Amino acid sequence: MKPLTDIDQLAEHYDLAIVGAGPAGLSAAARASELGLAVLLVDENPAPGGQIYRSITTTPVSDRAVLGADYWRGRDIVARLKRSAAAYAARCTVWSIAPDVESDASPFEIGLSLDGRARLISAGQVILATGAQERPFPIPGWTLPGVMTAGAAQIALKSSAIVPKGRTVIAGCGPLLYLLAGQLAAAGAEIVAVLDTTPRRNWRAALAALPDFLRSPYLAKGLKLMAKARRSLRFLGGVTSLAVEGSDRLSAIRFERGGASESLACDTLLLHQGVIPSVNLSNAAGCAHDFDPVQHCWVPQLDDWFASSVPGIAIAGDGAGIGGAESAALRGEVAALDTARRLGRITIPERDDQAAPIRAALGRTLRGRRFLDLLYKPAAQFLAPIVDDTIICRCEEVTAGQVRDAAKRLGVTGPNQMKAFLRCGMGPCQGRLCGPTVVELIAEARGTTPAEVGYYRLRPPVKPVTLAELASLPQSEAAVKAVVR
Amino acid sequence: MSAERRSADVIVIGGGIHGCSTALHCALRGFSVILIEKDHAGRHASGVNAGGVRQLARHVAEIPLSNTSMAIWHGIAALIDDDCGFTSDGQVLVAENDADLAGCRARVEDLNLRGFHHEEMIDARELREIVPAVSETCPGGVISRRDGAAIPLRATQAFKRKAAEMGATIREGVKVTKVERDGANWRVVTDAGDFLSPRIVNAAGAWADRIAADLGEPVPLEVIAPMLMITAPMPAFIKPVVILRGRKLSFKQFGNGTVLIGGGYLGRAIRDENRTILDWGKLATNAKTVWDLFPIMRGAPILRAWAGIEARMPDDLPCFGPSARHEGVYHQFGFSAHGFQLGPGAGAVMAEIIATGHSNVPIDGLDIARFTASAVH
Ligand SMILES: Cc1cc2nc3c(=O)[nH]c(=O)nc-3n(C[C@H](O)C(O)[C@H](O)COP(=O)(O)OP(=O)(O)OC[C@H]3O[C@@H](n4cnc5c(N)ncnc54)[C@H](O)[C@@H]3O)c2cc1C
Ligand SMILES: Cc1cc2nc3c(=O)[nH]c(=O)nc-3n(C[C@H](O)[C@H](O)[C@H](O)COP(=O)(O)OP(=O)(O)OC[C@H]3O[C@@H](n4cnc5c(N)ncnc54)[C@H](O)[C@@H]3O)c2cc1C
Repeated sequence: MKPLTDIDQLAEHYDLAIVGAGPAGLSAAARASELGLAVLLVDENPAPGGQIYRSITTTPVSDRAVLGADYWRGRDIVARLKRSAAAYAARCTVWSIAPDVESDASPFEIGLSLDGRARLISAGQVILATGAQERPFPIPGWTLPGVMTAGAAQIALKSSAIVPKGRTVIAGCGPLLYLLAGQLAAAGAEIVAVLDTTPRRNWRAALAALPDFLRSPYLAKGLKLMAKARRSLRFLGGVTSLAVEGSDRLSAIRFERGGASESLACDTLLLHQGVIPSVNLSNAAGCAHDFDPVQHCWVPQLDDWFASSVPGIAIAGDGAGIGGAESAALRGEVAALDTARRLGRITIPERDDQAAPIRAALGRTLRGRRFLDLLYKPAAQFLAPIVDDTIICRCEEVTAGQVRDAAKRLGVTGPNQMKAFLRCGMGPCQGRLCGPTVVELIAEARGTTPAEVGYYRLRPPVKPVTLAELASLPQSEAAVKAVVR
Repeated sequence: MSAERRSADVIVIGGGIHGCSTALHCALRGFSVILIEKDHAGRHASGVNAGGVRQLARHVAEIPLSNTSMAIWHGIAALIDDDCGFTSDGQVLVAENDADLAGCRARVEDLNLRGFHHEEMIDARELREIVPAVSETCPGGVISRRDGAAIPLRATQAFKRKAAEMGATIREGVKVTKVERDGANWRVVTDAGDFLSPRIVNAAGAWADRIAADLGEPVPLEVIAPMLMITAPMPAFIKPVVILRGRKLSFKQFGNGTVLIGGGYLGRAIRDENRTILDWGKLATNAKTVWDLFPIMRGAPILRAWAGIEARMPDDLPCFGPSARHEGVYHQFGFSAHGFQLGPGAGAVMAEIIATGHSNVPIDGLDIARFTASAVH
């Protein structure tokens, strides 16, 4: 591996640029580089690992039992990258990916920043391995201090060995909820309750997918996690509504179960409602997306090799649809193989041969996924918050009621039109936090589906870049000439 | 059912601000109207532009249309029940040096001789009063005090809503694939069936040349993709919109503190895919101009950059008015990156021409015949 610490060390051109150094990006970079491609791997984090293996090379958490055996598996993946010839730039943010306007052969122009300096480089192929994000989970009062997402707490744990102070409640649903609760408890957090919002009727829908699940690797792992969490933590299932209490800071969580309302005093509330692909970069790069009704989220349109609708851009890992860490690594390898084929480094039969065992493994890791997706589909009242003054866009402080009103009274039919009226999706996060909720609210108000409503058209820079960084972009001669028009 | 309506007195093709405004003004004159839009109203140039409502620095041929429009902008809420976020803090053209300033002076004198007085010279002192953040070295400029800015998509949709309230049928998500003569009518062929009308208005923006070509009036329309950038909120430091005479820049701070940076640098338009590609090299030059002129902006985070798909004519003026070839055909396109301000007025003038055959607002020099003269004879 060739670590790059200064933006000037980046080459003008790479065969392949990979965004994201989680399991998908790490595996893709290693494989592509083993196949002889000139690879650049960039990630905005200070160390490789992505979400699951965050800080794997630097974490101060030394008790291996706290983060579990799965976490430590990340070491092998990072070690493989280190043995490869790939260039790796940490703390490097990609803010734009577009076909290069100066070249008709359509390699990509990639805008990136490192240490407050920006550059444009080119790449023949791109793999987006930008992973997943937690599904937004707006409830009344969720913007008060003391409330954060469970994922944010996990990041603090993995990277700095910090656990939330005081009485902590975890609320929401999804397979990661139990893992996060278990990890935090093992690290010494005082978890006073886990409020499970998984709708009971989901079981009926999920049952059909049970046989596959019973043969899946999730089962043993999942049961162990569940059993452990349930044994050691106070578990309250069937929660149907949540609201934060407190004036300038969280003081308690109010919730409903079985028709009765209860309140639980706490200092920290961790919210989590599963993860969804982070589509910002792929969306802004022009890749087509569909709404997946089972995972209930937007996913990029991909072929069998994870190639997107934009020729030359592939999407691997959880960004291609939620599949978990093991499948992320395998998808990264499959995407790398086809990239090498597109660049003419291997033939189609070579690609297919090398991919066969990976595909078989991929099939095994994804078996049972459907059951989890159906079981942990969030309840409608959490997808489209019922209480009107629930803030759904933090950047512009837009409420659920405002979105509903604009959809009903002003006839606003989609999230892009909504921007003009409420500015939601126009703040620094560009809709990363409000997008899914805005879509749900419009769909509900207009009696249609998220698929019909559509999603934001996102614009680069996908992560903010300063005017100074941009003004100091080194100018190629062609760019200087082109400025005339 | 209005959604099933297949014929009308007027069919408008294109739901940008021009199509929506013309549809409204035709409806106000009692015509039955069908407006056909392939995506949604305001999806293209009209919904993503800089929102500059500017009389300043316009070509003399479009000043009458621009003045008519400005009168409407100042009472916009009375017309369409929405103020469209219109604010009027003036627009200032900044001269960066004495040569720029001399050019400004000649221009204002020429306008005065023609009877237009909306542009006024300002000296260095007044410039600094109005735009304190501008660099010390600028010797003055021109101001148009009634100018301002509005929110583009909101304005376009408000015109659409009001047109619908006045009885116009709005068909979004319907694409016109062909127009042809059918007896006394025009047949407008779409992917949702045919529509018939004795009068059609071609307000199809960057796609209008295709409609014109169907009608035997091919035009040299260029598809362009002007780019814009917007920053995170900054402390309030500038009220009017600022444009430059020498370099390309259009600069505006909104009430919420965000700053819009543009000026007409072009990306690449892929019109068949409704898509544009940004040119970061040019945006960097755009950013550099701001860096030079407004030191306060240097640390501003840029949150978004985008481009819109727009029609540009070789002389940077629109095609506006009756067809040179056909009875019942009207053209309203080619606004060359400055047609948002013209929308409200152009719709009123177009409806007047459709209803009465002429307008008191001069539109000389905007006729499509300037490009198709050879085809006519
Ligand atoms: C908060 C959170 C916690 C999770 N914890 C676990 C867990 O403990 N166990 C588990 O099994 N699964 C966990 N998951 C699910 C999980 O993310 C994975 O299945 C796995 O990490 C997916 O791997 P990936 O390679 O697709 O993406 P990730 O591992 O998410 O890696 C994506 C990487 O891309 C980088 N990136 C994204 N955009 C840019 C950009 N524009 N520029 C530069 N870099 C960029 C990110 O910084 C990140 O490092 C978690 C998910 C989330 C959202
Ligand atoms: C980035 C940018 C900044 C700008 N800044 C300013 C500014 O500050 N001030 C200003 O005055 N002007 C500005 N402009 C120019 C202004 O936006 C345009 O001149 C104006 O919006 C043109 O309006 P329109 O209705 O003619 O076109 P459009 O808004 O493009 O509308 C045309 C519509 O026709 C539809 N259509 C096309 N073909 C068909 C078909 N076959 N069937 C059905 N529908 C069809 C399209 O989908 C489109 O919605 C700017 C433009 C851009 C792109």
